[in-house]
Amino acid sequence: MALATLLNTRNPLAAPAVQRARLEALPLRRTFDGALASAGHQVLTRGRTRVLQMNLGKRCNQVCHHCHVDAGPDRTEVMPDEVVDATLDVLDLSGVGTLDITGGAPEIHPRFRDIVSRARAMGRHVMDRCNLTITTLPNYASLPEFLAAHSVEIVASLPAYAPAQTDRQRGVGVFESSLAALRRLNALGYGREGTGLVLNLVTNPVGAFLPASQRALERDWKRELARRYDVEFNRLFTITNMPISRYLEWLERSGNLSAYMEKLVQAFNPATVEGLMCRDTISVAWDGRLFDCDFNQMLDLPVDARGPRTIAELRNAPDLLSWPVVTGPHCFGCTAGAGSSCGGATTA
Amino acid sequence: MDTYYHPPDLAKFPDVGKDAPELWDRFLGWYTAVFAEGALTEREKALIALAVAHAVQCPYCIDAYTSGSLEKGATPDQMTEAVHVAAAIRGGATLVHAVQMRNKIEKIGM
Repeated sequence: MALATLLNTRNPLAAPAVQRARLEALPLRRTFDGALASAGHQVLTRGRTRVLQMNLGKRCNQVCHHCHVDAGPDRTEVMPDEVVDATLDVLDLSGVGTLDITGGAPEIHPRFRDIVSRARAMGRHVMDRCNLTITTLPNYASLPEFLAAHSVEIVASLPAYAPAQTDRQRGVGVFESSLAALRRLNALGYGREGTGLVLNLVTNPVGAFLPASQRALERDWKRELARRYDVEFNRLFTITNMPISRYLEWLERSGNLSAYMEKLVQAFNPATVEGLMCRDTISVAWDGRLFDCDFNQMLDLPVDARGPRTIAELRNAPDLLSWPVVTGPHCFGCTAGAGSSCGGATTA
Repeated sequence: MDTYYHPPDLAKFPDVGKDAPELWDRFLGWYTAVFAEGALTEREKALIALAVAHAVQCPYCIDAYTSGSLEKGATPDQMTEAVHVAAAIRGGATLVHAVQMRNKIEKIGM
């Protein structure tokens, strides 16, 4: 079945305000701020920014069921030049050590290679959140070599090492195509010991349940990917599915929304608060607005109004240090169980 | 309530402790210890629980340990194999009683 974006099918949930209203209307046993307070955090504040996450836009060659961006081939949002330049300026002027590039499929952006080259020339660590299949398309055939030449860390999505589960979440044929991409990356040295080329995999549960222990899964994945397909990688990150965009739509349609949200609330783990990514990451949207994380970006919940609100304003401001993080019911996704972030579990 | 088994009742399981809290606390402490990682992993224990849930035909347990197995990283094929183990034991347990039948045939037959 061909998948479509919420926007393309004119689904009301394409609008962030509708998503927020649905989440706020759920009769949860406690609010996120209430849960934080019970863990001794009256206000969740930002610390020093260590990661600049750049969302280059919503265009993607895939249309995955769980996508919180509602990305797809029909999306037209692409980061304009002035926002790209302002972001690179901030990266250059600040002490932020890592540039985390995401999308959509960020490699589709016409300036993707320019961004990577310039950030690496500044001595910054660069991460590419890659869907793998993009590297198998003819126009992007030389992408793996480019990434290797610039020592870019690849963070690649693969929900399962079994074909059926991966294809169910990401589309028919995605597993085979992802496997071809992984083999090519391995051939270049990615994921191989001693090369310095880092290939990390990301798995999201295929359904309305929490991820398993990251450590236990990593062991299985390393064994099974090597045994079945002769594929190697460095780390496995488990990420909890967030009740946003297409995953929210699926939760509603399948009758799982209330139970899933209750599960997240019930699994609130105070030990995850210290490592929440919103405390050290700033997320730049395709249009230059600033957010505490990519999830807030998709729910249209910008950073606290008292600080800089766009990347252009941030260029003239020192940092967002100590501003409160903007929160909502979706934040329970990052505090459930072992915690969740763009770098996987936050307690392990 | 028009059925004996009602899905929202699973969340009311702790209410069983209201009239015998000490027994409930002992049960819960033991239950938690049983499912903690030990000589068997948490995933192996969840798969055993899933198989037993099918053998004792407890809908609440099937519900809980389907989610539980997935959240411990079990795959649908592993879970299905676990249920087949339960089914094989149930089937085998029926069939092995045929020995008793055969003994009786021998005893009362000529």
